[in-house]
Amino acid sequence: MDKLFLIIKREYLTRVTRPSFIIATLVTPLAFVAFFVVASLIFSYESDDAKKIAVIDDSGILNGALKDEKGLYFKFEQKPLAQLRKNFKDSGYDAILVLPKIDNLFSKDYQVFYYTSGQSTLETEDHIEDRVSDALRDYKIDALKLERKQLEALNTSVNIEPEPIEEGGKDATKLTSAIGAGIGFIMGFIMYMAVFIYGSMVMRSVMEEKTNRIVEVMVSSVKPFQMMMGKIIGVGAVGLTQVLIWAILIPLLITIAQVTMGFDPQQQMPMGPGAPAINPDDTQAMVMAIMSEVGNIRWSLILPLFIVYFLGGYFLYSSMFAAVGSAVGDDMGEAQTLTIPIVIPVVLAIYIMIKAVETPTSSLAVFASIFPLFSPIVMPSLLASNPPAWQIIVSVLVLIGTSVFFVWLSGRIYRVGILLYGKKGTFKEFAKWIFYTD
Amino acid sequence: MDLILDLQNVVKTYEKKIAVNDVSFGVPRASIFGLLGPNGAGKTSLIRIITTITRADSGKVFLDGQALNSRHPEQIGYMPEERGLYKKMKVGEQLTYLARLKGLSASDTKLALKYWMEKFEVMDWWGKKIEELSKGMQQKIQFISTVLHNPKLIILDEPFTGLDPINTNLLKDEIADLRAKGVSIIFSTHRMEQVEEICDNIVLIDQGQNILNGPVKTIRNSFKQNRFKVDFAEEWKGTLPPGFEVVDQQPDSLVVGLAEGGNSSALLQYLLGQGVQISAFNEIMPSLNEIFIQAVEKNHPQVKA
Repeated sequence: MDKLFLIIKREYLTRVTRPSFIIATLVTPLAFVAFFVVASLIFSYESDDAKKIAVIDDSGILNGALKDEKGLYFKFEQKPLAQLRKNFKDSGYDAILVLPKIDNLFSKDYQVFYYTSGQSTLETEDHIEDRVSDALRDYKIDALKLERKQLEALNTSVNIEPEPIEEGGKDATKLTSAIGAGIGFIMGFIMYMAVFIYGSMVMRSVMEEKTNRIVEVMVSSVKPFQMMMGKIIGVGAVGLTQVLIWAILIPLLITIAQVTMGFDPQQQMPMGPGAPAINPDDTQAMVMAIMSEVGNIRWSLILPLFIVYFLGGYFLYSSMFAAVGSAVGDDMGEAQTLTIPIVIPVVLAIYIMIKAVETPTSSLAVFASIFPLFSPIVMPSLLASNPPAWQIIVSVLVLIGTSVFFVWLSGRIYRVGILLYGKKGTFKEFAKWIFYTD
Repeated sequence: MDLILDLQNVVKTYEKKIAVNDVSFGVPRASIFGLLGPNGAGKTSLIRIITTITRADSGKVFLDGQALNSRHPEQIGYMPEERGLYKKMKVGEQLTYLARLKGLSASDTKLALKYWMEKFEVMDWWGKKIEELSKGMQQKIQFISTVLHNPKLIILDEPFTGLDPINTNLLKDEIADLRAKGVSIIFSTHRMEQVEEICDNIVLIDQGQNILNGPVKTIRNSFKQNRFKVDFAEEWKGTLPPGFEVVDQQPDSLVVGLAEGGNSSALLQYLLGQGVQISAFNEIMPSLNEIFIQAVEKNHPQVKA
């Protein structure tokens, strides 16, 4: 055990003190936050040059009721269009908007004409269309003598509120499942990343040791299995450290960005065209509701289980990566070929996870939550939507059993692989190696 | 005899290939023991069995009188032919790590490191990464890592490759020193002149079998062909009486084979009687190289072709 600890310590410390690790750990959250800041700045960017627009409204539809907004200044002109066009250059206007007469109040289409010398931008056109459409709505309400309150009552937003069948069952709101899905998604992705990044880190490191020939010195002091476990645990600890630092740094940096730049991701994220502006009070209420739902989730159950799945999945996959690394030496191409069968279940699992989050009780979701190659990625994503206890227990037991078995199996391959040079590792060879005696 | 290592009927098979076929030999304590054999003879397999990296299928191995067990690696120092160190690790950290893995306590490691690094005058390299060192320097570090934990038995696989003559001598002296302190050394090499120079006993392995084993002197004696070389101070073109076979005759030298039971003094007396001036008279001892080739060819007829 002492020796295992020594190996873990070395594997951990050499990686954590490496400049490339420190840079990656610190720069990734910075880059992540910078990306979001830049992205939201780009989306919130509006042309800063003001435009003066002459409006010709001969029939008096809008009655001077066009709001100046977003760098657009409207001025109602009595002069005829021909004259305005002729003196356009000296008039100080950037464009002329002509609103024709409305013949039929029930027509849903209305065409306005926009004269401009320069290029008209999509954004400007959108804004003008919105402004005119709003003004026209008011005009039509008045012209048709409609009651404003009645009109507003027509817009009903419908929300499904899930309720349990049994009396006293757990009452889940719709928000609960949405948040459960969101958290599940994040957990599934963390698992996916962990398997790939740290699994292949284990593999590269095994390959390096074999190429370096340090293994011969090492195995004359410690058992190959200790070497493999030391590496897997050491790299796993590196992974946890990195994920933990990111989990602290990313929210911290986002907060700093919000404070220093007055940037608010909730309001400035792109909403898509035509999305209704959210009332700040609604946002506030929404955040409160989300916070309370997040608080409602059984974290005391989910977090330990997440760690169980993290460890189970990590051991399962990284031991396979270690076995492949032991068999190939320095041939990265061959390593990639041999890792394909490892990568396929991981990629499949992420697709299943995306589907399973939407339908947590489907037979696909239940199967994938128990099948040990998928469960480390799929099951954490389902935990927030309260799967039955038997499903969790079976899934955890199967995963632990399989992980132990795979670590043992990989250890068998590893102990032969690291000492074998010049022989190609194939799956047929692996099968033979497993049954070799020491 | 006091044996540090005793192998009895050791067999190791990989799939269909028999790597070690019923090998027995003993390594006397505080001696330098040559483990010899052509490529692929099974030397590495044997070393791996002794270092407990692999286990023999059958047969027994005793280290210092005890059947080989998992605590024994701490008493063995092994320097593989293919040197290996963590390239990015600093010399001091690396040596500390390897010594600690051999079961040395942290405080003992410190002391041993100070002793050996000062002895090899490499204290300045403490903070250097292995990859910054020359090959010869790396070799020194590798040797230190082999002996740092004060092993009873040291196994050196081609320890002199890549070393300049000065460092070769330094290492030879070190090996002699270790022997004087009671450490036993197994020395595996193809360089027969080195074996002749430093080994007390050898075993010759071919095709997984022990084909020759014993003290170097005894082996050389058993292979000698009763030939003598005479160097003359002047030219001599005479002939020899019957009973002496001339193997090679040059104007200033003569190689003579003695018949069974022949007497070298009789040859010398005859030549002196001829009145020729003799500058040297030597028995031709077969080199280990010749013995090696002879023994392997005998065991392995197809090699001749």
